[in-house]
Amino acid sequence: MAPRGAGYLPRMLTPKARGSLSERLLEAIRARPRDLADLVGDEPESVDDEQIALWALYELHHHGFEDVDDALEWHPDLLALRRRLEDAFERRLRSRWPSPGRGFCTKTFAEDFFAFVEGHDGASLAAHVQRTADVEQVLDLFRLRSVYHLKESDSTAWAVPRLRARAKAALVELLYDEYGAGDPDRVHAHLFARGLEACGLSSDYGAYVDDVPVEVLEQNNAMTLFGLHRRLRGAALGHLAAFEVTSSLPSRRMSQGISRLGLAQEMADYYDEHVEADAVHEQLAVRTICVGLLAEEPHLAGDVWFGAWSCLDLEDRLARRLLSEWAA
Amino acid sequence: MSDLDHPDVVICPGGPLLLRGDHVVTDDQGRPHRTTRPVSAVCRCGKSSRQPWCDGTHKVLPPQARP
Repeated sequence: MAPRGAGYLPRMLTPKARGSLSERLLEAIRARPRDLADLVGDEPESVDDEQIALWALYELHHHGFEDVDDALEWHPDLLALRRRLEDAFERRLRSRWPSPGRGFCTKTFAEDFFAFVEGHDGASLAAHVQRTADVEQVLDLFRLRSVYHLKESDSTAWAVPRLRARAKAALVELLYDEYGAGDPDRVHAHLFARGLEACGLSSDYGAYVDDVPVEVLEQNNAMTLFGLHRRLRGAALGHLAAFEVTSSLPSRRMSQGISRLGLAQEMADYYDEHVEADAVHEQLAVRTICVGLLAEEPHLAGDVWFGAWSCLDLEDRLARRLLSEWAA
Repeated sequence: MSDLDHPDVVICPGGPLLLRGDHVVTDDQGRPHRTTRPVSAVCRCGKSSRQPWCDGTHKVLPPQARP
């Protein structure tokens, strides 16, 4: 390997396999074989196996792995496998939505959207953290959240060049704030990294991916699926809007729970930043980004709602699993 | 020429007032607060715990109590 130079930060290593397909895939990409065609027809043996395989294939488009050749990002056999896995995943996400295409347009889009999110009766991890969680549960939650928060907004940023003027300017206005408005110390992913370190956890990108339940992989893979595919830009922005609309009040609860347990102030700061930032972002995401998108590309309305619903549903699945494991 | 809306101030029905750019906002005690982000949300319901900024509290108010 060529010398990397001073200051080079090693990236993560490939994650642990969760079944026969992911085992073969991860072995193959580490070994840099010339021919990966044998993998293309493999079936995953479980949802865990499918999701970690897809997560690893997607990671080649994010930061990659220290033990995988970067050139494999665009290897046609890996793209063929990725396509097959993500087709099945997208079909599953769509099949979970009980009322696809339901007409919401009774008032304005913004009113409908806020009412839709408000009416979604999901389980709340933030309420548990605020009132009853113990320190170990909250640290576990930070480990799970780190898979996404250390690349916060990155998948959504892929949508930018695929948008027209109104939605593009609106999305960049929001992303500029997510990315610190020019100040690297205020990049949200960096604030979370500081919070992890202050809690005695690893801030290394991907450090906890082997520990996360499949629901976390599905959350992350859904965002990358929506972000990477121009076809799904409506879902990417609908997902973003639902994420922002469900962030400000829960972030305040997270911050109060962190203070209640005496955990690091840096982590409370991360959530405090999101109380105010996301009170802005939820308005921008709904009123300027999604409304702008639908003015320019009204045919994407169904996917905006699909992305929003998926965001709420995937978080609900994770919350129900964790709350049941914690017997809360 | 501008044919697409991009106002400096946006009133969100039932929610905050969005303020684009760098401004100083005084709260109900007369204390000045400088904006710190590209777009800021100013509380209109009066219930935010981070005056003068919105913290999303309007969403837990009954609809008739929202601005």
